[in-house]
Amino acid sequence: MSIRGKAYMAGIFEHPGRELPDKTTAQIHAESAAGALADAGLSFADVDGYFCAGDAPGFGPLSMADYMGLSCSYVDSTEMGGSTYVAHVGHAASAIAMGKCTVALITLGGKPRTGGQGPGGAGRMGTAPESNFEGQWGIPGAVGGYALAASRHMYEFGTTSEQLAEIKVAASLHAQYNPNAFLRKVVTVEEVLDSPMVSSPLRRMDCCVVTDGGGALVVVAPEIASQLSGPKVKVLGHGEAPKHTNNGRIDLTHSGAVWSGPRAFSEAGVSHADIDYASIYDSFTITVLMTLEDLGFCEKGKGGEFVSDGALVSPGGKLPFNTDGGGLCNNHPTNRGGITKVIEAVRQLRGEAHPKVQVPDCQIALAHGTGGSLGTRMGSATLILGQEDS
Amino acid sequence: MTTTAEAGGLPAPEPYPNTEDAPFWAGTAEGRLVLPKCTNCGTVIWYPRQFCSECSGRDVEWFQASGRGTIYARTVVHRAQGPWRDAAPYVIAYVELEEGPRVLTNIIGVDPAAVEVGQEVHAVFIPAGAHRIVRFTR
Repeated sequence: MSIRGKAYMAGIFEHPGRELPDKTTAQIHAESAAGALADAGLSFADVDGYFCAGDAPGFGPLSMADYMGLSCSYVDSTEMGGSTYVAHVGHAASAIAMGKCTVALITLGGKPRTGGQGPGGAGRMGTAPESNFEGQWGIPGAVGGYALAASRHMYEFGTTSEQLAEIKVAASLHAQYNPNAFLRKVVTVEEVLDSPMVSSPLRRMDCCVVTDGGGALVVVAPEIASQLSGPKVKVLGHGEAPKHTNNGRIDLTHSGAVWSGPRAFSEAGVSHADIDYASIYDSFTITVLMTLEDLGFCEKGKGGEFVSDGALVSPGGKLPFNTDGGGLCNNHPTNRGGITKVIEAVRQLRGEAHPKVQVPDCQIALAHGTGGSLGTRMGSATLILGQEDS
Repeated sequence: MTTTAEAGGLPAPEPYPNTEDAPFWAGTAEGRLVLPKCTNCGTVIWYPRQFCSECSGRDVEWFQASGRGTIYARTVVHRAQGPWRDAAPYVIAYVELEEGPRVLTNIIGVDPAAVEVGQEVHAVFIPAGAHRIVRFTR
């Protein structure tokens, strides 16, 4: 039993807005949905499966199905933070494979930049069983936990701030070609190191952008895909895993990608050498470095060496990544970057990335999401996609 | 929430004990670090709760830990939010207790820039509303 070849990515849409003070959250979801359905050549009436997460307003899938007038035989409101939307594609493919739906719509949207608090706010965390033991220490948003992970990685493996900076530099080289990117300026290692310390060892330029925005994906059954005239991308495999504090024996040197990655590669039946392009979740530079190790693109502890010398730069690097500029430069809509990871992987496979960063003859692509905190509990999701004939 | 010199100049948010973790807070009120241990497999449980994620046991006994540990990871926060804004720079760390668990906390009473992974620290008990929270110092 596998999802390989049982579903296709038929539509993608990244909302062009990065500051959307005059839109509601529901409206951003709906505009993104309309964009992805139009890209697929489908309409809202064709949707029979709907997937959203904690950023969806109100009663989640019930409120949004109501807003958009969807008639669904399947809904999924998985919540694994920013990794959710990568996992959603796997869930949608599984539901399609089991005949539960044929046209799955996945949406994300929100406005942390202009509209106040993002998803996963105090209301939810106040009831968390761990809150009495994590809420007293002044953890500064997401960055604190990732900084702790970076601290331990540096201690165990000698990883340096210069190596982390290489990741931001590569993202900025790509973002200069994206007219919608929030930060389009190319930066140097020195500029990253000169940016203000936020939570050591992470500096401002080690952190992703905070943007309003949204995105949507349409995943369809093979019999639907065959009727559509647009480009189709095949779902080859997916894996996911939560990682947690392990009864107080947390190991900060790895993420859940050590489990989600092998599951995805196994299901897809491909190896690392087959991956032409990778979207790697980049909430912070350390997120990318650890994920590359955990997915097996290099040995544990060697991520710093791997990312040096332009390895992540497209085209030409040994593993071109985040050619839209990623969360570090382009977009991290509603503090959740998973959907834009999938979107850029699909663009690469369609040959629709910006010509300056398009990977030649991109056949197989990987998209990886990291949600929650590397410092405590997190979700990892890995997706492998391929050309229609792969 | 109160900020006192004893708290290391940091805000001290009050915890809200529940029926699972109340013995932990009863211990800190007396200046003792009291942890739950699984009566079935002997694992020391963190965070405090009445469930052992090692063996799925639901019976625990509480014992007094040494209060000593070693810094496993640390970050110096320079840009903080809300009531923490004026407290920066301050240190958040995972401290590995002698009994095994790695616990999130603040390191206080030392220059933040001098706090390093591997240093030995011990618990101090900080008034936080009607309770006491556990921070560490060298």
